[in-house]
Amino acid sequence: MSYAIEIADLRKHFGTTQALGGISLRVAKGSVFGLLGPNGAGKTTTVRLLATLLAPTGGSARVLGHDLLTEAAAIRSKVSLTGQFASVDEDLTGRENLVLLARLLGHSWQGAKQRASELLAAFDLSEAAGRQVRTYSGGMRRRLDIASSLIVTPEILFLDEPTTGLDPRSRNQVWDMVRDIAAIGTTVLLTTQYLEEADQLADRLAVIDHGKLIAEGTSRELKASVGSGTLKIQLQNPAQRPAAEALLQTASKSPVQSTVEGLSMQVVDSAAAMQALHQLTSNGFEVAEFSLGSPSLDEVFFALTGKLQASEAAP
Amino acid sequence: MTRDPQAKIILSQNAKPQPLNAVSAAMTLGWRALLKIKHVPFQLFDVTVFPLMMTLMFTYLFGGALAGSPEKYIQFLLPGILVQTILFITVYTGVGLNTDISKGIYDRFRSLPIWPSAPVFGALLGDVLRYSIAAIMVLTLGFVLGFRPQGGLIGVVLAVVLVQVFAFSLAWIWIIVGMLVKSPESVMTTSFLFLFPLTFASNVFVDPATMPGFMQAFVAINPVTHLANASRGLMHGEPDFGSMVWVLIAAAIITAIFAPIALRMYHRER
Repeated sequence: MSYAIEIADLRKHFGTTQALGGISLRVAKGSVFGLLGPNGAGKTTTVRLLATLLAPTGGSARVLGHDLLTEAAAIRSKVSLTGQFASVDEDLTGRENLVLLARLLGHSWQGAKQRASELLAAFDLSEAAGRQVRTYSGGMRRRLDIASSLIVTPEILFLDEPTTGLDPRSRNQVWDMVRDIAAIGTTVLLTTQYLEEADQLADRLAVIDHGKLIAEGTSRELKASVGSGTLKIQLQNPAQRPAAEALLQTASKSPVQSTVEGLSMQVVDSAAAMQALHQLTSNGFEVAEFSLGSPSLDEVFFALTGKLQASEAAP
Repeated sequence: MTRDPQAKIILSQNAKPQPLNAVSAAMTLGWRALLKIKHVPFQLFDVTVFPLMMTLMFTYLFGGALAGSPEKYIQFLLPGILVQTILFITVYTGVGLNTDISKGIYDRFRSLPIWPSAPVFGALLGDVLRYSIAAIMVLTLGFVLGFRPQGGLIGVVLAVVLVQVFAFSLAWIWIIVGMLVKSPESVMTTSFLFLFPLTFASNVFVDPATMPGFMQAFVAINPVTHLANASRGLMHGEPDFGSMVWVLIAAAIITAIFAPIALRMYHRER
């Protein structure tokens, strides 16, 4: 298999602060790779290093076979980066933003205008093309930003938190776009704070925290360790909570968390959830409410590291 | 506005174009600066309105007392006001750069396979138009108020060109300020802190003969004084070659010191 990105022990320090403490990864050509982690985990630093916007402190990486340190120009001509904050010019119109970048990438004025029109249509921005970007909604800005990255079809597209701050409808639009982009053969490396997003889009994921790689694998592999979902249970009588926790702890192998909101535990599938509920009711515990949902990032960390993360990143 | 399910992301049909050469890239980014003036004309007015008000105020309030009549005074004042106006506008080069960095546009440009300094030179190219529009505004007001340059059109144009040459050297300093401070507003405040004493402690408004000694000493070495002298000389058909040479040398020294620092800082990662 050939790799679009190969990272070996990549490190980055800002002064005395360690942003990236040595991670190693390989991203297959044509795949969608998800980098999952809370705020400050080192996701943005990783992406900025790979897009040659930062120079690494140590370690090495090859992007499309080019060395990160010595062949930055070659890498820049083959990759595109859509940063965390829509990097479009608010004073200009949507069309002007695209024409400007198309020109800079070497299109003739005529070609630049044509390419801008094509992209505006594909990203559902034709109607708003003549308006200043400052009047755009968050979703429209994000679409324009992604369109800007596709003027010349890149071999790798870096997307740094493409849906942070977007409403659910805009988020779904961005997801569709990422799938379309992957379908044309471009390798996509995206960062996200949301497990659901990584699960929806990525072929493989890496979980990072505090600049370190915690886990890497396919969504299925990760889920096997995390569980496919979180079962949350509220008891009729909160006083029974410690006893119920002890029962579930011994019956299942996964750890059980007890909070003021009730009990929560990771389950492999819905059958396991049913089984846990059955165990409770047949032992005289009355269940007031229960729900089964995707594990949050906090719960993923809990499952992977056994530690509770003090992050505000969980959705 | 849901997305048309038929709309697929389209591949670039053409062969991958060759990225622009350095000059074309800077020109294209200069076009961006023009678009900004078109869309946000206010950025030109808020710095121009102040000198225009000063022109009116000084001419009619103090003109008679200072030079015998407002008509006589405006002949003295206007070439200096042109200097003040254009020097104030140079701050916008730093403001624009600061905005680009804080909004992430800087990252976008930096990830493009173009000459890395192109955005800076593009911004400076856009400034040519910005300075010229401001000069036309000031001169128009001057003519209305009775300014009659003896040097004719050629003298006026040469004066504007000379002021612009000096303005470009000053812009490098604001580019550095633009990269050092946090917000566009602080670029403005910091720069005005320098520009106010620099333009007022000069001979733009009055003959320094009645100033105290220490002030006269500062006025004599202030580049703005020499720039105002040179601008007056050219506009009134009595070129002051000493001041012109002084201005050009000052501009060369400022550029030689600050341009390399500015570009070095611009390329530094952040």
